[in-house]
Amino acid sequence: MTRPGDQWFDDAAGPLVRPYAVTRGRTMGAGYELDILTLVMLADHAPILRRTEPEYAQIIRLCHVPQAVAEVAATLKLPLAVTKILVGDLIGEGQLIFRSPLVSETGTSDLNVLRAVLDGIRKL
Amino acid sequence: MISTYCERFWMASENYDPSRQNPGPAPHLAASVKILIAGGFGVGKTTMVSAISEIAPLRTEELITEVSSGVDDLSGVEQKHTTTVALDFGRITIDRDLVLYLFGTPGQDRFWFLWDELARGALGAVVLADTRRLSNSFAAVDFFERRGLPFIVGVNCFDGAPRYTIDEVRDALDIDPRTPVLLCDARNRESTKNVLLVLLQHLIELAGREPVST
Repeated sequence: MTRPGDQWFDDAAGPLVRPYAVTRGRTMGAGYELDILTLVMLADHAPILRRTEPEYAQIIRLCHVPQAVAEVAATLKLPLAVTKILVGDLIGEGQLIFRSPLVSETGTSDLNVLRAVLDGIRKL
Repeated sequence: MISTYCERFWMASENYDPSRQNPGPAPHLAASVKILIAGGFGVGKTTMVSAISEIAPLRTEELITEVSSGVDDLSGVEQKHTTTVALDFGRITIDRDLVLYLFGTPGQDRFWFLWDELARGALGAVVLADTRRLSNSFAAVDFFERRGLPFIVGVNCFDGAPRYTIDEVRDALDIDPRTPVLLCDARNRESTKNVLLVLLQHLIELAGREPVST
């Protein structure tokens, strides 16, 4: 608990750069419905990245291997909401391709998916 | 014109990677599914995720803007209104087409709305319970029952002998008699694997009332 006159140091002061600075203040993305589990990876024939902000280049580097948006956020230490916007920008420019997670209506999960997961866990 | 120039420049640079130009097969992206690991604060959710994840558990944070409540005094600046809520998760690659993510839900009850996004599309959930603090698991049980998301209960055996039998835990949590309840050790990979297998079998049972020919 801080009292009047107390100073914040280190982590207590919060991030040095406000989280939405990297999105230039945007809190909405390019309109892609990205879930924390949307998988993204580098597109074939991706155009040359013309953005200079380091976060975009970092995302491109990570996405040589398929990644969930949550993994990108965790690795870059960016909030999920911010990550979704940046990833959305790159999808919009054709840098990344994405695949939405399999969403099962509650209680009616696809049996084939469940069986595949069961087999996969058995083999661990 | 400009793009042609850029392409040439790119090809001439050391970083040029021919695989990016060759029209090979379309890039393959697996689909993702998730299972939630829920339960009260300190019950072993992240421990369970790390026991079985193929990567060290990752932590991601969501920004929460909260209306400050309670003892908010008017001198103002002391109270931070933006807090972060952390999600720990791990990954299990099932096969070429499927990746399973395990998400530990945030322990704090007040982040329900985040649970909502997490619960959407989940295959099912494991509610971890600690017999010393069973009441800490009520919130998770309630939430999944209300959402209709199938779950099982894993009783994490912290110091060897649990103080209650499985039936007592079932009674205390007041759950459907068909919901599996089992003892587990969240630190142990085989035990965690067993928990997930029991969950999957339960889900298959629920989903496949009719026999499937495979």
